[in-house]
Order: sequence, then structure tokens, then C-alpha cells
Amino acid sequence: MNENTEKQGLGKEIGTLLKKNVRDYMMYIALVIIMLFFTWKTNGGFIQARNITNLINQAGYVAVLAIGMTLILILKHIDLSVGYVAGFCGAVAALLMSKFNLNVWLTIVIVLALGLIIGLYQGTLVTKVGVPAFVTTLAGMFIFRGFLALSLQETGTVIVSDKVFNALSNGTIPDLPFFGGELHVLTLLIGVAAVILVVLSQIKTRRNKIKYNFKVVSMPIFITVIVFVSAIIMSIIMVLAKYQGIPWTAVIVAMVLIIYNFMLNKTCLGRYIYGIGGNDQAAELSGVDVKKVTVFAFCSMSVLAALAGILYTSRLQSATPTAGLGFEMDAIASCYIGGVAVSGGIGKVTNTIIGVLVIMSLTNGMNLMGVDISLQYVVKGIIFIIAVAFDVRTRRAAK
Amino acid sequence: MGDYILEMKNIVKQFPGVRALDNVNFQVERGEIHCLVGENGAGKSTLMKVLSGVYPFATYEGDIVYNNEIQRFKTIADSEEKGIAIIYQELALVPELSVYENIFFGHEIKKGKTIDWNETIVQSKKYLEKVRLHIDPSTKVKELGVGNQQLVEIAKALSKNVKLLILDEPTASLNEDDSQNLLQLILELKKQGVTCIMISHKLKEIIAIADTITVLRDGATICSLDAREKQVTEAEIIKNMVGREIDNIYPKRTKKCSDDICFSIKDWSVFDPGKGREILHKVCMNVKKGEIVGLQGLMGAGRTELAMSIFGNPNGYKITSGSIALNGKEVSFSKPKDAIQSGVAYVSEDRKGNGLVLIQDIKYNISISNLESLVKGLVINENEEINVANEYKDSINIKAPSVEQKVGNLSGGNQQKVQLAKWMFAKPTVLILDEPTRGIDVGAKFEIYTLMNRLVEAGMSIIMISSELPEVLGMSDRLYVMSEGTIMGELSANEANEQKVMEMAVRTV
Repeated sequence: MNENTEKQGLGKEIGTLLKKNVRDYMMYIALVIIMLFFTWKTNGGFIQARNITNLINQAGYVAVLAIGMTLILILKHIDLSVGYVAGFCGAVAALLMSKFNLNVWLTIVIVLALGLIIGLYQGTLVTKVGVPAFVTTLAGMFIFRGFLALSLQETGTVIVSDKVFNALSNGTIPDLPFFGGELHVLTLLIGVAAVILVVLSQIKTRRNKIKYNFKVVSMPIFITVIVFVSAIIMSIIMVLAKYQGIPWTAVIVAMVLIIYNFMLNKTCLGRYIYGIGGNDQAAELSGVDVKKVTVFAFCSMSVLAALAGILYTSRLQSATPTAGLGFEMDAIASCYIGGVAVSGGIGKVTNTIIGVLVIMSLTNGMNLMGVDISLQYVVKGIIFIIAVAFDVRTRRAAK
Repeated sequence: MGDYILEMKNIVKQFPGVRALDNVNFQVERGEIHCLVGENGAGKSTLMKVLSGVYPFATYEGDIVYNNEIQRFKTIADSEEKGIAIIYQELALVPELSVYENIFFGHEIKKGKTIDWNETIVQSKKYLEKVRLHIDPSTKVKELGVGNQQLVEIAKALSKNVKLLILDEPTASLNEDDSQNLLQLILELKKQGVTCIMISHKLKEIIAIADTITVLRDGATICSLDAREKQVTEAEIIKNMVGREIDNIYPKRTKKCSDDICFSIKDWSVFDPGKGREILHKVCMNVKKGEIVGLQGLMGAGRTELAMSIFGNPNGYKITSGSIALNGKEVSFSKPKDAIQSGVAYVSEDRKGNGLVLIQDIKYNISISNLESLVKGLVINENEEINVANEYKDSINIKAPSVEQKVGNLSGGNQQKVQLAKWMFAKPTVLILDEPTRGIDVGAKFEIYTLMNRLVEAGMSIIMISSELPEVLGMSDRLYVMSEGTIMGELSANEANEQKVMEMAVRTV
């Protein structure tokens, strides 16, 4: 065993851990408080399986946007256009299927490719021409809002009747055959597999750290954390299993999350993104192609915006001219609540997801309570600014 | 005793780990032109910052006596109020504003609550005439050349009713005509009763206009020469500027470098669109395998610009002529990545500004320059990365609890070692070190010198840019001296001494 782990008392260790990670813990604490509050206020309605499934479906498109936005914000840029890019791409998806009778999978591929083109256009403007991202994407807001309105001008709202497409944001994964019981068996199996994976990867990381004599937390804390995380995963899974199982949206978001988490932590590209955000000049002098990486981030953002548009259209089972309004606000707020540094260079997509849950729990909970929509904006804004103010203060204290 | 407008007595200014000013005494007579000279890092600028309140009262020891009163300046505004104005090398004008707006920026002429623009323009004209600048005061500052901008700065100082004018290397970025013009103006202001302190590297100018010359060296006053009584010579000033023994802090190399030239630059001319002038003129130099070549010159001689323009030109200069050859083959780099891949590395002088990512840890900063070599499939082999980082941590003695330590928390010397490790990992053929020992203590310096020796003995070639003359002399096999973007000469280690180098460095074309 490592010396470091045994030298200090458990109480002291918890103290230093709290102090060092106060920012991350605050996020979880806030989420739990918000969830408990709404559960109390809605007489348990908030935590019911039906609502949790609903919450996940609502949060899906924001989560996808926020994951892409995390990269953009780490790079010290911003993308304001994502809302209307999503709205426009969603409308295109609906039109392709209803008007041109295109196959659903082909439609999805075309719409994602459309997102890629939009990203290339904005990324090129930012890097090669040198227009600041704020301006480029503000212009994008105008442009794609206009495109959205134009594309739906003749038809108005376009209804989507394709069952597969609509299942993306309304359906759940099918259960295994032969098990017609109370519980959704496949959901349970996935939950158990996820827990095993988490436990194994944690143990592996810990062993590795000990091998290289790095600091690790002591055994009791390590076990507590693992048990805690597993309990959370399993309780969500149980809630879902009692209802209709895991929503397809959750599967899509999980896939995006896993890919982006892997990319940021394990590949050169991810390293370069953090390097450019931390010190772009140093990154360039270290041989990083800053422009290429930045264009990539804008492309990935717009492709994810297109995906978000697909999810949103699927959720409403129709494309409307107002789709996309304010999406960028929720996405950006989620990132900052999830701990992306305002000064760039720091941020995790996994924490961004927590930020999304905070924002979307607020939306969902206040809707259940029947809070006026205007007041909802005020509440979300206040929570957002508190989170960022807290972030700025704790980071300064850490210096 | 003369009538002193300013006496600075026993000034001591400490920075973490460095005593920048060590009991400096500095006296300026009323109405004279007083020149302050010394090598880079001798403490000239620090002394002037103490005087003007940039370093407020109580952050230094000693007394500032101005007009026979002890002063306690807390801000620049305090010293300005007493009639002390300082004009820096980097001009402090707002380029997008007009000349008259700039002159009265911060002390606007008011009528009631609003600015009286008509009076402002009339007054501006008066001050512009005083500095003999015949332009329309509504011209935007950015449309003026550097020389005229400097005159606007002086007009601004005069409008604040300046008694003591401090000029920090005013002619460093001026051409010959503008310089002469400026020196004439200073002499005229003297007649009008303005006392002037001028920091300069250009000895010719100093001898032409100075009444008194004070030499600083290593944060201490060496001497004050009275130029009114008898002519002071350049040699006399240089002797006082350098006069120091090189002690034995430079480890000796056992292996001689080979005769094969591995890197050369020919007729390298570079134009800076930002400054609107050519900053490097037909630079030629070469480096042999296993050699340390020193690149010496005073601040603003163009050494860093030379390095940057070679290293993939990230600043976007325009390279107007010249070629680079690596191992006999002509190469060209359009971005730093190209240079690194061909085997040229540049260790920045500004390790915090553009050398290291301070919010990341040691292993991150070491691996980033050659990350692709650690990739297996798509994934970075993190174990291998840790091994590499640990190897360097041990072999060059980076003092930190682990390679997971954030670089921002390390001392200057250890940060510098991380920078070196990063470039050693990229395995370059030619390593350009820009001020490798700036701001680090003597012990760490010795370690870095030893490391340099190890690298060249292993066959690497090093170009060392340094403002510290003893260091360049102690470490180089050969050295080039630059002044104003031109190579003034080449000296072998045997023939070089401080006197010779300094003579070349202060020479102007």
C-alpha cells in the first residue's frame, strides 16, 4: 500500500478532500437538494418513474448540445447558434421524411451531414478569417432562424409519422423475450453491467496510481464512493425498470457521452483541446495545429446540434417554426454549472451532464408545480449566476 | 553641492529570490540631462519604476527626495502630480483616438461638467509646437509613425506641466532622422528648464547629449561620470558597464564539437507588418553538430524575432528573403509543428506566457510536444507517458512530489526544467534556448548549464539567446552579436570578451 494513504487520519482526509473538491461536491449537493425539493413540493410526483422517463427525454437534446458546447467553452469560444441550427436541422429532417418520403436512417445521415457543413462554415470563419466566435455564431443565430422559418413557410408545422423516428425521443428499449414480468429485465441487466464496469475501471485506475506512487484516497473512502455511485446507478435503473425501461434518448446520450469522454481524456485531440484552452500560444509553440482543432470543435458542435434537432423533432413528433428558441441558453448554462471554467482550459463532459440534470430538473420540477414560465427563466438565471460566482470564487481561493 | 531636483538614497528593491536594487544612490541636478546606462537586468527600469510609483512606497527601502522633500508615491498619479513623467518604450497612447484626445487623456480640460473640446484643440496645438510636431491635432495616433508618436507622448507629458521627464530607451525603435530630431528636442527642453533622465543603450547618443552619466550594474550604482568637465569615452562607459570577473560557474565540456554544419540560415530578412518596418536584415548564421552558439545583443536587437521567424513563424511576420538548411537540405516551416517535426525546437523566453500550460500537470506539459509517439491505436498510452515524465523528472532533477503536480505551482527553475524536458522529449536536432536562465536562482542555473552540456555532448546543437553576457561567454563555443536586426559580428570563444561583445552590441549601422 502507498504510504500516503495511511499517514493521515480518516477524518482529516475527508476534510482535505472536501476542501479540494468543494466545487464538484457542491454540484452534486445542489442536484440532490433540487430533486428532494421538487419531490417534496409535488408530493412525490417528481421522482415517479413516469416523470423520470419524461425528464430524461426532455433533457436529451440539451445534454447533446451541452456536451458539444463543453469543447467550445474549454477552447474559450462560444456558439450561440446551436439553438436555431438544431431547429433548422430538425425541420429539414421532418421535411425529408414527410415531403420526400425518405428513409429514416438516410434522413438522419443527411441531417448530420448538414450539421457538419454548418460547423465547417462557422469554424472556418472563426479560424481562417478571424471573426470572433461570438459574432460568427450570433450571425448564425440570425441566419438559421431565418432558414428555419423559410423551410416551414409553406407548410407550417410538419407532422412526423415515422414510428422509428418518433421512438428516438419517446420510446424505450425493448425487453428481452420470455420475461413478461413486473420488471424490465434488459434494463436491469444493463444496470448491473454498468455497475460492474464502473467498479472494475475504478479498481484498475487505483491500482495503476498506486503502482506509480501517485496519491490515492484511502480504502474506506474509495469503497464508500464506489458503493455510493453504484447505489445511484442502481436506484435510477430500478425506477426505470419498474416502468418501461431505459429510454432510447438515454442510450443516445450515453453513447455521445462515452465517445466524447474517451476523446477528451484518452486521445491526442482531447489533450490538444485542453492545451489550447489553457494557453493557446504555448500549445501552438508546442506544435499543436490550433486552427485545425478549433474547426473540429465547431464541426462537432454543429453535428451535435443537428442530432439535438432530430431528438427535439422526434420528441414533439413534428417540426415547428419555434423550435430551437433558447436551447443555447440551457446548453451554455449547463456547462458552466457543470464546472467548465469561465477562463477556459478546464471542464469535463461528465460534469456537464450533471449541469444538464440541474437545469432540466429545474425546468421539469417547476413545470410540475405549475410555476409561470417567465418566472422559471428568472429562477434558472439566478441558479446559473450563483453557480458561476461560486466557481470563480473557489478557483481564486485555490490559487 | 549642486541643486538636486532628485536624490534617491540607498534604494533597495527585492523580488522573490532576487535583489534587483541593492543600495542604489542616484542624484539628478536641476536642469541637466542625466543618462542612465547598464546591461539588461542591471536595474535601470526597476529604479525608474520605484521613482514613478509603479512600485509603491513601502515595497522598497530607502528614500526618494524630490524638490528637497521625501516623497511617498503610491501610484503613478501621485508622481505625475509632482511633475514627474515617464515615457516607456512601449508607448501608452490610444491608437484609435486623435492626437488632441490623447494629449489630454486623463486630465481633460473642462468647462463645467463637460469637456471643452475647442480649448483642448487650441492647447494641443501649443504643446505640439513645443515638440516641433507640425500635424493636425485631430489626426488619429495610429496614423503617425513611431517617432511622431513619441513626440505626442512628450507633448502629453508637457501638458501635465512636467518638471522631470524620464525617457526609457526613447530611440530604440526610431530611425536615424527621428532619433536626431528627438535628441534635439531633449536639448531644447533642457533650455526651457525641464530636467531629463534618459535610459539608453546607444552610447553615441549618450555622449552627445548627457551632462552626467550614471552606470548601474547588478542592481548597484557603479559610478557617476560628469560629462561637462571632460569628454567621456565609450570605452570608459563600457568598462564600467561590464567590469566583472567571470567566476567559475560554468561547467566545462569534455567533448569538442564536430566540424559538420548541421543548421544554417542565409540572408534571412524579415518584415514585421505590425511595426511596419524590417526587423531582421540579411541575417546569416550557422551551427555545427554538438555546438553551443551564443546569440548576444541588447534588448530589441531582434534575437527573439529571429528565433520565432525560424520556428514556423507563429507571429505572422513576412519573410522577405533567405533560406534555412538543416543537415545540408533546404527546409521551410510554415508553422511550429513543421519545425518540430523536422527537428528544430524553440524554448520560449516567456515560459508562463507561451511556454507552459500552467493549469496542467508536469506529465501533460512534457508529453505535449511529442504526444503522437505515445499513441497506441487511437489511445494515449498513459502508463508510458508517466514513465517518460518520471524519467525526465529524475534525470534532470525536477523537484516536485509527483509528475501529477500542476506546473503553475512549481518554482521558476523547475518550470524551466519542465520546459527543457518537454523539448528533450521531442528529440530535436537543433534546440533554440531563449533566455534559458531568466529569473531563476544560481543553483538551478548551474543545473541547466550542466544539462546543456549533456545535450550537446549527445550530439544536439544549441543556439542560446541570452541577455546575460557572462553566461553567453561562459557557455558558448562561438557567438554572434546582433544589433538592430543585423548580425554585427562573429566571435569564437577564445577571442570573445565582454568588452568586444559590448562594443559590437552598442554599435549601430
